[in-house]
Amino acid sequence: MKKALSAAATFFTGLFCLTAATLADDGVGKPVDGGITFQGSVTETMDRITDFHDGILMPIITVITIFVLGLIGYVMFRFREKANPTPSKTTHNIFIEVVWTVVPIVILVIIGIPSFRLLYFQDVVPEADMVIQATGNQWYWTYEYIGEDGLMYDSTMVPSAYWDKGNESDLAEAKAGIQRMIGNNKDFEMQRLLETDTRVVVPVDTTVKLIVTASDVLHAWTIPSFGIKIDAVPGRANETWFKAREVGTYYGQCSELCGPYHAFMPIAVEVVSKADYQQWLARAKTIYASNSQPANSRLAVAQ
Amino acid sequence: MADTIATNADHHEEHPTGWVRWVYSTNHKDIGTLYLIFAVFAGLVGGFFSFLMRWELAEPGVQVLTALTGDNADAAYHLFNVLVTAHGLIMVFFMVMPAMIGGFGNWFVPIMIGAPDMAFPRMNNVSFWLLPPAFMLLFLSMFVEGPAGFNGVGGGWTMYAPLSTKGAPGPAVDLAILSLHVAGASSILGAVNFITTIFNMRAPGMTLHKMPLFAWAVLITAFLLLLSLPVLAGAITMLLTDRNFGTAFFDPAGGGDPILFQHLFWFFGHPEVYILILPGFGIVSHIISTFSRKPIFGYLGMVYAMVAIGFIGFIVWAHHMYTVGLDVDVKAYFVAATMVIAVPTGVKIFSWIATMWGGSIRFTTPMLFSIGFIALFTIGGVTGVVLSNAGADQAMHDTYYVVAHFHYVLSLGAVFAIFAGFYYWIGKMSGRQYPELWGKIHFWVMFIGVNLIFFPQHFLGLQGMPRRYVDYPDQYEYYNYISSVGALITLLSVVIFMFVVWRTLRAGEKCPDNPWGEGATTLEWTLSSPPPFHQFNDLPRIK
Repeated sequence: MKKALSAAATFFTGLFCLTAATLADDGVGKPVDGGITFQGSVTETMDRITDFHDGILMPIITVITIFVLGLIGYVMFRFREKANPTPSKTTHNIFIEVVWTVVPIVILVIIGIPSFRLLYFQDVVPEADMVIQATGNQWYWTYEYIGEDGLMYDSTMVPSAYWDKGNESDLAEAKAGIQRMIGNNKDFEMQRLLETDTRVVVPVDTTVKLIVTASDVLHAWTIPSFGIKIDAVPGRANETWFKAREVGTYYGQCSELCGPYHAFMPIAVEVVSKADYQQWLARAKTIYASNSQPANSRLAVAQ
Repeated sequence: MADTIATNADHHEEHPTGWVRWVYSTNHKDIGTLYLIFAVFAGLVGGFFSFLMRWELAEPGVQVLTALTGDNADAAYHLFNVLVTAHGLIMVFFMVMPAMIGGFGNWFVPIMIGAPDMAFPRMNNVSFWLLPPAFMLLFLSMFVEGPAGFNGVGGGWTMYAPLSTKGAPGPAVDLAILSLHVAGASSILGAVNFITTIFNMRAPGMTLHKMPLFAWAVLITAFLLLLSLPVLAGAITMLLTDRNFGTAFFDPAGGGDPILFQHLFWFFGHPEVYILILPGFGIVSHIISTFSRKPIFGYLGMVYAMVAIGFIGFIVWAHHMYTVGLDVDVKAYFVAATMVIAVPTGVKIFSWIATMWGGSIRFTTPMLFSIGFIALFTIGGVTGVVLSNAGADQAMHDTYYVVAHFHYVLSLGAVFAIFAGFYYWIGKMSGRQYPELWGKIHFWVMFIGVNLIFFPQHFLGLQGMPRRYVDYPDQYEYYNYISSVGALITLLSVVIFMFVVWRTLRAGEKCPDNPWGEGATTLEWTLSSPPPFHQFNDLPRIK
């Protein structure tokens, strides 16, 4: 049974990777054109979610669906009026009724065990190397690096209008601003509706504890590639964590309805090497420690 | 007194005519008809709203709704949320519930149990006539201020605080809350009526364990309504006092908690989704049995599966709240409880297939809709099992995967069941049979359309596209576009349906007492089509 399962898991995972690979450039950190799977993973949490979904859930529900649809198809063909003019009068069969009650229970147990293992892995926050507080506001995020001399700054979406024809210079300027903010000249393609003027900068291979709250209404902080999503609730401090293993940029979008500009308060995380992070931290403290960011950047929401 | 009784007996076919017949009606069939007409109307409005949303989402950028707001992009963003909210509320409270419980329930529950009418005919009238004002209140809310500077409620059908309190100070939310109060009162009265009718007015010999499955489904639904709606009423009353009278139930600044609202809302909200689907289970059972020319397989299993689903429906609410920051052990409980629902649901699916097994199946339009229902409900069911896992849900919560899941069980489940019921009973209700060919065309166009809308949304959700977004990153365009094409096809199917209705009522063939033959065994098929104004003046005896 177990062997068959893992074989099925391999088959389906392979199928998905294949499909994803043909469709995708890389698909880590952001969606890909026409993608049909999860975004690529860079944390153990997302690895486990992906394995659980692609390796256990998808195969099981696919087989069940095909089985039920197959049964329906067979019954429709075999017992159509022409093929079977005289209906039977059977109204029950204890054996089959017990079978279709017990078998689903067994399947649910098979799903349940890895499900609980995953849940307890992702929900129990391990010892953290650093702590960041993310506060959701209408409609931008505020990040505070706890214990770093009050390092705190806002993160607002780069207006969608910058992608319109004629605004190329605005877009280039915004991009230069982001490069200055993260402190490297790495070239990247600006992502409409995902790009923010500042990014959350964190070191690679480091356990980051994230405290999430909100100042006005509900919001939700998520990075699909990290496999985390947690609501930002006024008056509450929710906790989650991540440990990204690859340097890069990872995007997410506010995931709890928060008003007219709900679609326009994305999240961007820049994972850098540990050395780069120390450099960035020193510099960022001088720029942001007094929270000297101009207040009007908050108003530049989505045009 | 004696004279009056004699007169009534002599003229029992006489009934008021003109508007008095409808507005003053105490007749379960007339009230059922009113409910059905109301549901069709509300469904067209709610469906139109969803079409506007899909049209807007066909391409990245905001270009359709701006046309409605005079190029004011900010107003367009809010309008999208207003459409999301109104679509949800209308479809739940003013389309599916009135059609299934008010419409088919009123029409056929008394007949199926061999009763002359509902237990409280006058209350039945009140139940219906509360709905139009409730709908008007909701509609009005779209034209008064919600959040500062914008018109309408944009907080979603869930109305989470504080977006619905501090986040929307204008009176729009108050109107929506009052609308739900009125609609809720209507449903509670209806529930009381059905429970009393079914418990007290069954014909001699009609024991509970002989009662048709649709009557069982409505009975269970009525209990769910009776137990869950007061919780909603309490929650939205607290919202109302938080908004207007300085209380702080959901405001942390005053010692309250926004999460409390979510617990209350979903304690109502989860049973509510079973309220939407249980009557559909009943309808589909009758149709499958009728057109397989076989009695239902595992009748008792079917009954108690529904009872189990109704009961479990009350203890799984927090699976809508996996990301709010629940304790991990609490989540673990809700995972386990939620998964259990799959068992009675599986019993129902397999029992329907077993009913068809060995049957002599005729593929009429209602049968096609019922088989479609089983197939699509299965897909929506298995994605529900996926979402029940809190661990995996963390990746899918509030994405289009969830949208796809609940539309497979509701839009394609409940709505297919309603159409199945319509085609099954329209001949009985109107005395005129629908055109079979056009019914089948309606089915196939709709089947293709809705699958095209919702299947690709699973992909969007896995890729991380959040729900309730007026605009999305360009990478999501491909499947959004396909989904919107599906919406266009579905719109076409609605036009075909309206044509079918018109054709049926205007030029449909006369429908015999029992157009479906020996498979149709419930009491409505023993009456004329349409049934007499008052049926069962002599109660039928059930062997």
